Amino acid sequence: MLMTFKRILAAGATSFARSGLVSFATVLIMTVTLIIVGTLLLLSAVLTNTLASIQNKVDVNVYFTTAAQASEVQDVQSRLQQRPDVAAVTFTSADDALAQFRQNHTSDTLTLQALDQLGGNPLGASLAVRAKDPSQYAAIVTFLQNDSAASSIIDRINYAQNKVIIDRLTNAIKATQEAGLAIALLFAIASVVIALATVRLAIYSARDEIAVMRLVGASNTYIRGPFIVAGIISGLISGLIALAFFFPIAWYAGRSFTEWLGGFNLFTYYVSNFPYIFLVIIGSGFGLGAIASFLAVRRYLRI
Amino acid sequence: MIYFDKVTKLYRDGTPALEDITLSIAPKEFVSIVGHSGAGKTTLLKMLLVEEAPTEGTIYFESTDVHSLPKSMLHHYRRKIGMVFQDFRLIPNKTAYENIAFAMEAAGRPDDEIASDVPHILDLVDLTSKGGHFPHQLSGGEQQRVAIGRAIVNQPDLIVADEPTGNLDPVNTYEIVEILKKINELGTTVLITTHNKGVVDAMGKRVITMERGRIVRDDAHGQYIL
Repeated sequence: MLMTFKRILAAGATSFARSGLVSFATVLIMTVTLIIVGTLLLLSAVLTNTLASIQNKVDVNVYFTTAAQASEVQDVQSRLQQRPDVAAVTFTSADDALAQFRQNHTSDTLTLQALDQLGGNPLGASLAVRAKDPSQYAAIVTFLQNDSAASSIIDRINYAQNKVIIDRLTNAIKATQEAGLAIALLFAIASVVIALATVRLAIYSARDEIAVMRLVGASNTYIRGPFIVAGIISGLISGLIALAFFFPIAWYAGRSFTEWLGGFNLFTYYVSNFPYIFLVIIGSGFGLGAIASFLAVRRYLRI
Repeated sequence: MIYFDKVTKLYRDGTPALEDITLSIAPKEFVSIVGHSGAGKTTLLKMLLVEEAPTEGTIYFESTDVHSLPKSMLHHYRRKIGMVFQDFRLIPNKTAYENIAFAMEAAGRPDDEIASDVPHILDLVDLTSKGGHFPHQLSGGEQQRVAIGRAIVNQPDLIVADEPTGNLDPVNTYEIVEILKKINELGTTVLITTHNKGVVDAMGKRVITMERGRIVRDDAHGQYIL
């Protein structure tokens, strides 16, 4: 048993090494397949992280009247923070709002002059509310409107203006995730089919050999074994090439696109998640090689 | 040892490839089957090797009905028969040595036996110096000798050779015939099909003549007569 296993391993390795061009073509196609698998893996990470960072930027601003006391506003803040659907509430005092306004308009002397003419602070305090999920904003706004203590000091809530944008963004996030998954699946299926066809073609060229092996009295396992071993070797080599391929790509993306991706560094992600990515890519290569060879040889073993 | 009992093989369209063949071959016999192309010689061998099934009749090998063997047992049966083909059928990406060793490996023989037997067989077929050559680096005659080496290495009870000299020149043909004769003298049953009158006449052994799927002559010390 052990002897047969050893022989199958050796025969598989030898046949992989000797059928140079066929092995090369198989490795090439499998590498492309695994690169597609890896790209999907990284793309989904980029997508998830970018969407999360966009979601973080969505908030609703509640502006209070100038008559509202800071303590009243902070009271509303603490009640909001107790809600389970609220992720964070940031308080901006009237003075801070004024300072911020002045800073934003330092070059706009006309506006500043008008502000000085007014005297006092025309701006009220405000709260920036961030929900855990964009769909929860409606409930938060309703809560504020129905709260008598809060509604009496609220000047306006920019939810109505933001509502359209928030809804669109929510839909866009969902659509991107769904479309991303569908495209991912389509690509994965297409590349697996191509890889299967290539392995089958490689084994097709050995069908006479298989017939001879059968006539010499080799058992099905003994004939099939080396082809599967060769397929697995192709898969593993392809996996290693694909993993190596992603290093410079991730490094470049990490260096050049981190800002653009909302602070998501692809290289850091690739390195810190390497065991997981390694397992997926190498595992896919192994499985692809073994299953493709198994299916292909089985065809030519029918008596 | 081999017994064909009223074997008939019809093609799908109903034309007969073999008709009512009854034939027995004793151990250690050397039997030549002759006949024109399409006479049914190769079909006869294919049925013996369970590559094709007969439409009617039964084929026995040492009292076993070979067509009743389950698929999982076929390779055990085939190991009892050494096969030689007109087109050699060596495994192209294995060397001469490995081609012969493969038959032993497939039969599950241990490594030390392979290491001692294969050189011996290479010597027997006079290819000691070419063990490391791949089939495409060998002449037709040399390839056929490798094929014979592969056929005999597991010491089969029977050697079946389908037109073994069909692709060879007279000198190589002579060598192959001499090797087959030697194998037969060592106690192995040999069954060959051939077109070659010279081969049959030189042998002076049993000759079965076939015509259009039937046996028309069966002579104990035959000549090639058609």
